[in-house]
Amino acid sequence: MANKLIVSLSPHVHSGDSVQKNMYGVIIALIPALLVSLFVFGLGAAIVTITSIAACVLFEWAITKYILKREKCTITDGSAILTGLLLAFNLPSNLPLWIIIIGALVAIGVGKMTFGGLGCNPFNPALVGRIFLLISFPVQMTTWPTPGQLTSYTDAETMATPLSIMSRAIKDGNAEILNELPDSLSLFLGQSAGSLGEVSALALLLGFGWLLYKRIITWHIPVSILVTVFVLSGLMHIANPAFASPVYHLLTGGLMLGAIFMATDYVTSPMSHKGQLVYGISIGVLTVIIRSFGAYPEGMSFAIFIMNAFVPLINNYFKPKRFGEVAK
Amino acid sequence: MKTFRIGGVHPAENKLSAGKPIVTAELPKVAVFPLSQHIGAPAVACVAKGDEVKVGTKIADAGGFVSAPIFSSVSGKVAKIDTVIDASGYRKPAIFINVVGDEWEESIDRSDTLVKDCDLEPKAIVEKIKNAGVVGMGGACFPTHVKLTPPPTAKPECVIVNAVECEPYLTADHQLMLEHPDEILVGVTLVMKAVNVNKGYIGIENNKPDAIKLMTEKAAQYPNIEIVPLKVKYPQGGEKQLIDAVIGRQVPAPPALPVSVGAILQNVGTMYAIYQAVQKNKPLFERVVTVTGKSLANPTNFLARMGTPMSQLIDACGGLPEDTGKVIGGGPMMGKALMNTEVPICKGSSGVLIMNQKEAKRAEAEPCIRCAKCVSACPMGLEPYLLANCSSMADWERDEKEDITSCIECGSCQFTCPSHRPLLDMIRLGKSTVMGIIRARNAKK
Amino acid sequence: MNLILVAVIALGAIGLIAAVVLYVASKKFAVFEDPRIAQVASVLPQANCGGCGFPGCSGFAGACVKAADAGSLEGKLCPVGGAPVMEKVAAILGLEAVASEPMLAVVRCNGSCENRPRVVQYDGAISCRVAHSTSGGETLCSYGCLGCGDCVKACKFDAIRMNPETGLPEVDAEKCTACGACAKACPRSIIEIRPKGRIVKGEARRIWVGCVNKDKGAIAGKACAVSCIACGKCQKVCKKDAITIENNLAYIDPTKCIACGLCFNECPKHVIHASFSVPAPKPKVVKPVETTVASVDASQKSVAKEVPTVEKQQQQQ
Repeated sequence: MANKLIVSLSPHVHSGDSVQKNMYGVIIALIPALLVSLFVFGLGAAIVTITSIAACVLFEWAITKYILKREKCTITDGSAILTGLLLAFNLPSNLPLWIIIIGALVAIGVGKMTFGGLGCNPFNPALVGRIFLLISFPVQMTTWPTPGQLTSYTDAETMATPLSIMSRAIKDGNAEILNELPDSLSLFLGQSAGSLGEVSALALLLGFGWLLYKRIITWHIPVSILVTVFVLSGLMHIANPAFASPVYHLLTGGLMLGAIFMATDYVTSPMSHKGQLVYGISIGVLTVIIRSFGAYPEGMSFAIFIMNAFVPLINNYFKPKRFGEVAK
Repeated sequence: MKTFRIGGVHPAENKLSAGKPIVTAELPKVAVFPLSQHIGAPAVACVAKGDEVKVGTKIADAGGFVSAPIFSSVSGKVAKIDTVIDASGYRKPAIFINVVGDEWEESIDRSDTLVKDCDLEPKAIVEKIKNAGVVGMGGACFPTHVKLTPPPTAKPECVIVNAVECEPYLTADHQLMLEHPDEILVGVTLVMKAVNVNKGYIGIENNKPDAIKLMTEKAAQYPNIEIVPLKVKYPQGGEKQLIDAVIGRQVPAPPALPVSVGAILQNVGTMYAIYQAVQKNKPLFERVVTVTGKSLANPTNFLARMGTPMSQLIDACGGLPEDTGKVIGGGPMMGKALMNTEVPICKGSSGVLIMNQKEAKRAEAEPCIRCAKCVSACPMGLEPYLLANCSSMADWERDEKEDITSCIECGSCQFTCPSHRPLLDMIRLGKSTVMGIIRARNAKK
Repeated sequence: MNLILVAVIALGAIGLIAAVVLYVASKKFAVFEDPRIAQVASVLPQANCGGCGFPGCSGFAGACVKAADAGSLEGKLCPVGGAPVMEKVAAILGLEAVASEPMLAVVRCNGSCENRPRVVQYDGAISCRVAHSTSGGETLCSYGCLGCGDCVKACKFDAIRMNPETGLPEVDAEKCTACGACAKACPRSIIEIRPKGRIVKGEARRIWVGCVNKDKGAIAGKACAVSCIACGKCQKVCKKDAITIENNLAYIDPTKCIACGLCFNECPKHVIHASFSVPAPKPKVVKPVETTVASVDASQKSVAKEVPTVEKQQQQQ
């Protein structure tokens, strides 16, 4: 026989799943939200998205080749594209190019490659990029263009986001301010100011459905975050009407985006279902606390970032239930 | 519909030979009988070069309590006692017999009549099974009489028959149920009598509706035997998973045995062998083997004599394809890749699977992305990524702490891993090392 | 003024409290350690390789001190540091060093791609131990080197490397400390720790059998061109009874071997390896010219006598 037989241990078959399939699966799940952002912010959204993705891929390629000197280049696995896309989704559509590129460099360079590349980073790279930009360029990062200016980029007119209105209401202790909020249906469909990816809850939920259908993620993290935020903010709303209603909390800001796409990042989320629930609940609690009492109106990215740091600990303490284990 | 509770995967079934009647394979020219065909001590040859043997003549005695005798499947002359590369890939001692004619021992009842009644005492049944060399036919080859002799403190409550055949490709058990349902049911009654229980279950996955229907019809006359249809999920045929699926009890971590929750597990093929051994005086020397593979011209279920080289069965299916990359003894999830096709059929050979070069080659391993799919897939509630990591760093203590010894080596983790990591390779390494450490520790005590 | 005063007092108070805590802790939680342990540890190589059989260098130092209290350092050897380090240890402990021979790891397989044709292809985790449990290996020799480099990974001194051409590990005699990590890592016990051998003209002379195949001669011969077929020629030619044949495999006892090279020249399969260039057997080349008829007869007789003994040996196995 011309070919030698191959010997290896079982199993001899594979599900056919791959890193690429998962990464591109998430990218596909982000397409509805991308379309909405293009529809709402037009040219600016396109420029930010393309720049971010291109910069992330370029930095990953350059670092792999010239700094790490690895033979195998990992840009085809889709993770850099995904990081770029998620980073873009966390930026306002009028952000200047050079800031985006700095963000991409920090996301890929500091957030991912310094730790050894895909699979080794303790923090979600896109979040590292976003938080770096948020702290370094607070003004540019917190002025959001008014929706509907399809042809403008950095020159777009800006307005307050629902979250900053909510934050103001709490600070003033005045529930009247909340009346300035748009109605929840337009928040659900995507007609408010904000970062690219956070404008439409509906589009993000569509993506969530796709991720569940493709079994790319399980329900545990997103659902536990959303439920926690809903319950906690609901309690606060009942106690003091100056805190916005839980529906607003769910639909505004990066909550949906964070819960469905950022917190569920494979590398930086816990491994067991139990651990994932603990992680999700903690993120929910932190988000509501930061949103209500923190200096920044948005708490999602900080909450995820903080909990990323706890993931190794969660993995250590929350083990899956062993077969045959007697409940204590 | 019932199934086990934790983890599990759904490999493509590929039951190519389903519904194909069992074909009696031709006799080999030289039959080869490796002396270690079962778990436990190897058998000890009791024939010498030049001895004449008949079909059913004992050629090797059991080498201890956890061992089983071996019977000739052919008539002829012992050519030599030498070594042969068996399914493990190593040279092991074996008896070679040159086949002449086909003369059977007179004690064997070769008629087809169904013998239902059995007046033997439970102990006598177990003794007969032991002396017929019956071992678990599902692949693990654990001597059956040992399983039927539970420790005195254990209280068996039911017999669970594994007719799940959750391995992709394999159809031997399925076809056996379609062709010999009555014999199997008598076998179940024998085992129930032997361990003194009055409840028997036969678990069948619902991808075999014809077998479920037939067995349910036939079992109607046995009020104590229940056919349990199960949802398709791998590894339902694992004994712990099957007990969980059928009676909803979970066997605790090793060293606990299935009997600790009152269950005696047996494979459906073993039931047939037990029937033949007890009612027909026919020792175990032939079995149903599925020879299959996408590239094979004609996948077939054979009734083959032990000692037949696999190459002969492959030839009868249209020959080994040119682009063959892997020959697997058993199913694709837990079978062993063979060094060559001359490996003889043994008691545990449930199938021979041919894969082409493309199917056979593993994809290159990438870094772990911590997607937790292996954790979700593990039917034992373990963390395969962690166990594999600790094994590759030789952290055996951590491995032990993380319950590596509970691993049943089903392969679900590696099957599902998107990074194509050799998880089970490393876990097996860790498991065997940790087991060695535990044994050494116990020996010291 | 007031501010400065507050700062000074505050800092002073913190310093004072810390000092008290530290003092109390150092007295209360002090662990007495024999000062000799630290002294011994200071002369050890601090490679923490475990080659001595103790957990790290300080573990070994502790064991040495204990042994010294019992009266002798026998059996204690730092394989990395060798005799010089052990002399220093003995001096610290006020004892005589027990002389020990310098050792070295030796690879007992020569099944390169050329010598040992691959019959199957291994496709699993790159680990010898995994490959060992998968099957008999890629060749028909189920005893030989698997080539996944577990020994290389085990070596802390970079003394063993895979040769990409032969696919076999090679030991760097300069760097090898005979700690035995590679021998332990090898699932097939191919690597043996042997004495470096007699020093002649500045080079250590040692001879060993480069094969561990225990299959019968015919099977071993088919699997590999340089396998020991247990013909027994080496055993017969050895003048020091250093060679034994067990389980179809020859073994040279390093304590008896004088590295004369007779067996090296005799071996028909070139299984016996030497660390030096063994001079070619002179007598055999020269003899035919000078021999008389009588001596030819005698030698033929001796050959005739020898043949049956070889067969006998093979039958015995």
